[in-house]
Amino acid sequence: MTALLEIEHLTHYFGGLCAVSDFNLSLETGELVGIIGPNGAGKTTIFNLITGIYKASKGSIRLEGSQLIGLKPNFITGMGIARTFQNIRLFKDLTVLDNVRIAFYGQAQVSMFAALAGLPSNRREEERISDRAMDLLAIFKLDGLAGEYSKNLPYGQQRRLEIARALATQPKLLLLDEPAAGMNPNEIIQLMEFIRWIRKDFNLTIILIEHQMRLVMGICERLKVLDFGATIAEGLPVEIQNNPRVLEAYLGQGVE
Amino acid sequence: MSAELKPQKTAKTAPAWWTAFRAGWERMMQKRWIMPALIALGFVLSFAIPQFGLLDAYVQLVLMYVGINIILTASLNLVNGYMGEFSVGHAGFMAVGAYISAVLTVMVLPPALSPWLFPLVVIAGGIGAGLVGLIVAVPSFRTRGDYLAIVTLALNMIVKSAIENIDVIGGPRGIPGVDKLTTLPWVFFWTVLTIWVIRNFIYSNYGRGVLAIREDEIASELMSVNTRQTKLMAFVISSFFAGVAGALFAHLLQFISPRVFDILKSTDVLIMVYLGGIGSLAGSILGATIYTVLLEVLRPLGMWRMVLMPLMLVLLMLFRPRGIMGLRELRWFIPGVDLMAITRWRKKKEVQHDSPAGN
Repeated sequence: MTALLEIEHLTHYFGGLCAVSDFNLSLETGELVGIIGPNGAGKTTIFNLITGIYKASKGSIRLEGSQLIGLKPNFITGMGIARTFQNIRLFKDLTVLDNVRIAFYGQAQVSMFAALAGLPSNRREEERISDRAMDLLAIFKLDGLAGEYSKNLPYGQQRRLEIARALATQPKLLLLDEPAAGMNPNEIIQLMEFIRWIRKDFNLTIILIEHQMRLVMGICERLKVLDFGATIAEGLPVEIQNNPRVLEAYLGQGVE
Repeated sequence: MSAELKPQKTAKTAPAWWTAFRAGWERMMQKRWIMPALIALGFVLSFAIPQFGLLDAYVQLVLMYVGINIILTASLNLVNGYMGEFSVGHAGFMAVGAYISAVLTVMVLPPALSPWLFPLVVIAGGIGAGLVGLIVAVPSFRTRGDYLAIVTLALNMIVKSAIENIDVIGGPRGIPGVDKLTTLPWVFFWTVLTIWVIRNFIYSNYGRGVLAIREDEIASELMSVNTRQTKLMAFVISSFFAGVAGALFAHLLQFISPRVFDILKSTDVLIMVYLGGIGSLAGSILGATIYTVLLEVLRPLGMWRMVLMPLMLVLLMLFRPRGIMGLRELRWFIPGVDLMAITRWRKKKEVQHDSPAGN
C-alpha cells in the first residue's frame, strides 16, 4: 500500500537562506502527525510547499503517488489537501455562509454561460452548494451565524469557521497551522476533542503544527521536530519529550 | 480607556416618521415583483418618451448619457469594487468599442443596413474590447494594486496613441459623421442587460471567486478558487461592457476622436464607481446618475463646477470612503436563490424534523 503523502528530500531556499533542508515524511491514511519546533524553524514553510504557495527548490511531494511540486494551489486543494492558517485568514467582509460556499468553488458543476445567463441549472447548483454549506455549518454549530460577517465572529468561532471552510473542500489531508494559538488551557482541551472528532467523522489524515505542548503531546501519534529547517528528531511524543537535542533547541544548551 | 469612562449614550428613540419610513422601505424591499415591473415600465417609457416627445431632446440626451455611464460604472465596479483590483484605464476599452463600431457603420457596412445591424455592431465593439481585456488580464495574474493601475494606465495611453497613429481611421482627427443610431430604447436595453449579466456573474460560483480574490487572494487559491479563470472572466466581462458603452457613446456623440478617450474619461468612470459605492450595483447606478446629472445641473456655474465636484469627492472620501452604497446591495438586485439561501435551508430542516419518517 502506498502512503497517502510521501515527502522526500524536500529542500527550500529563500535566496541564500535554507528554510527547509532534506525534510522527509511518509504519512499513512488516518495518521495524525505533529510538526513542532521553535519559531522560524520552517514549519509553516513546509505547509506552504505542500499546498503549492512556494515551489520547492529540491525534493518531491507525492499525494497518493502523484507529484505535487509545480502544481497550482487551487489544483492541489482539488486533489484533497486543505489547510488552515496560523493567523486566521477568513474572507472578512463576506458572510459566514459565503466563506464556506467559496470553498465549494472547485466542486461546482456549472458552465460559465449558465452562470452569466442565470439558467435554471445555475440556480439548482447554487441551491445545492448553499445547502451543503449550511449542513457543514450546522455540524460546527455555526448555522445560526450564517448571515453574519465573518469579521464579527469571536475568535474561537473564527477558528472553527476556518476549519469548516477547509473541510468544505472535501480534503483527505488536513494541515492545521497552530490551531491552538491564543487559546487558554481549557479551550485547548476542547480543541483536542474537536480535532479527534473531525478526524474520525471526516476520515481525515492530519498534520498539525503547534507550539502548545499540551495539545501536541495529547493527540499526536508521531512527532517531527524541526530547528533551522533541519529535522532534529522524530518519533513518539514520549521519546521526543526526553530527547536532549529537542530540549536544547527549545531551551538552549546547559552551562557546564 | 477613555471610551469606558465616557457616559453611556442613552438610546434615543427614533422619530416616528423615520420608523414609519423604515417599515415602509422594508415592506417595499420584500416585494420581488417591483424590480421586473420597473424594468417593464422603463422599457415602455424608453419607447414612449421619444415617440411622443414627453421630454425635450436635451433631457433625453442626458438620460442616454446616464445609461451609458451606468454601463461603464457597473463594468468597472466588477474589477475595482468586487474584485478589489485597481484598473484605471477603462476609457481605453471604451475607445476600442467605439472605434470598432464606428468603423463598421461608417466604413464597412452599407448605410441602409447599419440601423438594422446596430445590435451586432455594438456586440462587435464589445468583443473587440473584451479581447483587449484578455491582454490586461494576463499581467493581473502577477501584479496587484498599484502595479496593475500602472499597467491599465499604460494600456489607456497605448490605445489612444495607437489610434492617433492609424491614418485609415482618421488618426488624431477621429471619425466624423457617425450616424446617430443610439436611441433611448437601445441604451435602456443595454443598461439592463449589463446590470443583469453582472448580477448573475457576481451571485454565481465564479462571482464568489471574485469576492474571495478581493478578500484574500492566497487564501482563495487554497480554497480551490481558480484565480486565473476568475480574473480572466472578470476582466473580459468588464471590458466587454466598456466596449458596448463605447459603441453606444460613439453613435450618440456622432463624432469620435482619440482625445475623447483620454485619462480624464477614465477618471470620470472611477469617480462614479467610488461615489456610488464599491461592490454594489445599486451604488453603480446611483453614482453614475448623480455624477452625470449633477454635472449637467451645475453647468451654469461654469468653471466653479470643477471646484465643487472634486470638493464633494473629498468630503465623500472623508465620511464614506467606500462610497454611498459601499459593499452593500439593494435587495432587489440580489437573486432570490441567494437571498433566501439560509431561510430555505432552515425550512427544509424543519420539514425533515417534523416528518414522522425522520430519525
